[in-house]
Amino acid sequence: MSTTTIKPGRPWEPTAKERSQKGLNLLIAVALSLVLLFVTGLNGKLGWVAAFFFSYVSVSFIAEYRRAGKPAAQDSLLTSISRFAIFLAIIPIVSILATVISKGWRGLHWGLFTQDMSEATVNSPIQEGGMLAAIVGTLIMVGLALLFTLPIAILTALYLTEIKGKFARPIRFLVQAMSGVPSIVAGLFILSSIVYPVTGERSGLMGALALSILMIPTVARTAEEVLLLIPNDLREAGLALGATQWRTVAMVVVPAVKSGLVTAIILGIARVIGETAPILLVSGGGDATNFNPVSGPMGSIPFYVWNAFLLGGSEESTQRTWAGLLVLLLWVLILFTIARYISSRSQKR
Amino acid sequence: MTNNDDLAQNANLEPNPGEKKEMKTQTTPHSLADVASSREIKQPGTKPLGSGLEARGVHAWFGAKHALKDVTLDFAAGTVTALIGPSGCGKSTFLRTLNRMHEFIPTAALAGEVLLGGKDIYAAGTDVTKIRLRIGMVFQKPNPFPSMTIGQNVLSGIKLAQLKVSNTDDLLEECLTRAGLWEEAKDRLNEHASALSGGQQQRLCIARSLAVRPEVLLMDEPCSALDPGSTFRIEQTISELSQTMTIVIVTHNMQQAARVSDYSAFMLSDGGPGELIEVAPTTELFSRPRDKRTEDYVTGRFG
Repeated sequence: MSTTTIKPGRPWEPTAKERSQKGLNLLIAVALSLVLLFVTGLNGKLGWVAAFFFSYVSVSFIAEYRRAGKPAAQDSLLTSISRFAIFLAIIPIVSILATVISKGWRGLHWGLFTQDMSEATVNSPIQEGGMLAAIVGTLIMVGLALLFTLPIAILTALYLTEIKGKFARPIRFLVQAMSGVPSIVAGLFILSSIVYPVTGERSGLMGALALSILMIPTVARTAEEVLLLIPNDLREAGLALGATQWRTVAMVVVPAVKSGLVTAIILGIARVIGETAPILLVSGGGDATNFNPVSGPMGSIPFYVWNAFLLGGSEESTQRTWAGLLVLLLWVLILFTIARYISSRSQKR
Repeated sequence: MTNNDDLAQNANLEPNPGEKKEMKTQTTPHSLADVASSREIKQPGTKPLGSGLEARGVHAWFGAKHALKDVTLDFAAGTVTALIGPSGCGKSTFLRTLNRMHEFIPTAALAGEVLLGGKDIYAAGTDVTKIRLRIGMVFQKPNPFPSMTIGQNVLSGIKLAQLKVSNTDDLLEECLTRAGLWEEAKDRLNEHASALSGGQQQRLCIARSLAVRPEVLLMDEPCSALDPGSTFRIEQTISELSQTMTIVIVTHNMQQAARVSDYSAFMLSDGGPGELIEVAPTTELFSRPRDKRTEDYVTGRFG
């Protein structure tokens, strides 16, 4: 009586032997790159990366050629080049994160979030003063900018994809062109069109307006792209049930792209949260915490970093700069996580 | 084109159209005409249900291309009419002129009248959303709303058109039952529509159309993406629905036309705009077509 139990397997996956062969290839490539480094005049990290690229690509090409012939080798060529591209792309990201965290964490202290710089200078001991003004300013300005941007950008995207009006083409062109506007131009525009002639005072609101100019094209373009992914069938199904166009858009089209719209918003925030130039021009920067967006200068996190870097020179100011960068990075991370969480939850439902 | 295989058999067995009627009963129990004659033909006027639809000299264009030429066709209340013909003959275009979906194609143009209950749906000042409430549509590909649950999909028309319904639970059950989906879906009403199979999704789309209580239901090849089992269920549904409403169905499957329809209309394009060649009770169209081109098509000699 032998009962054979059938186990689920994955016969298409590489065997242990094949896997160790791959590992061996990598080792050979590393060794070869070191030899290359020694033989040729290449030196330094950059030289090693270049040598490693050539040895990795050629070792995997040859190994694959011997194993399975020319087509498989050509196939593996593109695989190894794209793997290498990923490797290159990750280097700066990891490097930035590592540097900011390693240099910034020492500047972190609780006072950073409860005090502002109104009674400290950038060269004061690190325990004095903090980033409250900068954090409040960034939150208020980015929040307001989001408030202005969302309706304008989403409605623009809906005009382009749903109404498809007579002006859709020129507007699409303008939106694309606008996404290339340098941030300093947005700042100067608000400065010359509103701050000087109308309000006569720099404020957080002006900063938010300048940020909106930068945000609108990013959000509108991304929103347009996700809206274009919605099959026309769905729109027709809504209309064929006797709905008006806007009812269909609100009940069928927009709910179907909710997570895509969240992505558009994230990209918009990412576009402006690190902007320094327009803030400097129209919200004036500022060391004191200011909750009032319509009056008085308002700081922001990038402004805090810029300020500490430019006016300093001491060890404390350098530490402030790194701590400021770390806080900015953390905020971006927090915002992205929240947005991703919201969109994944709305998808599950 | 689509059904050459099915029909080749019939064509071979019925080489001489003149003898078709006799031969059919003896040698081809599955011929189209036979399938069709097994249905009880509804005479117009015997069941004054829903509203009839009358197309009067309908032309359609896409840009400069004349796609549909002078179609005049009556759909009597409470009947099922099949629109048949080869691809590109303007069947779907014609169907879409019947509930004003044609106008959503940016380059579209139209001439002629479509009368619903005697009134032209293209008349100036007509509220097009009211027209589409009365003339529902089921599309070729199942297209339930992805952001909604099964239950929400069925009731979506009520919300979209801002109608008032006293008891949504009853309506939900009624529509799903009429669409032949209640038994399969009653415990899954809160699941997303995408959890259903293709055939179930199409029946869900039919249920969705029924919820706003249309008088006419247009179906654009509703079974073309479905397996035979689902097709059978939907054909049953069509038969049941035809008790209470007027149905126009575009189909490439002539067996299907023979099974479900009271009347069949054959359309054809000779490279130019599509035209209506012949309309007749389905039994007659398949057994004694008046036009040579209809005969060629239904016997599978071309198309």
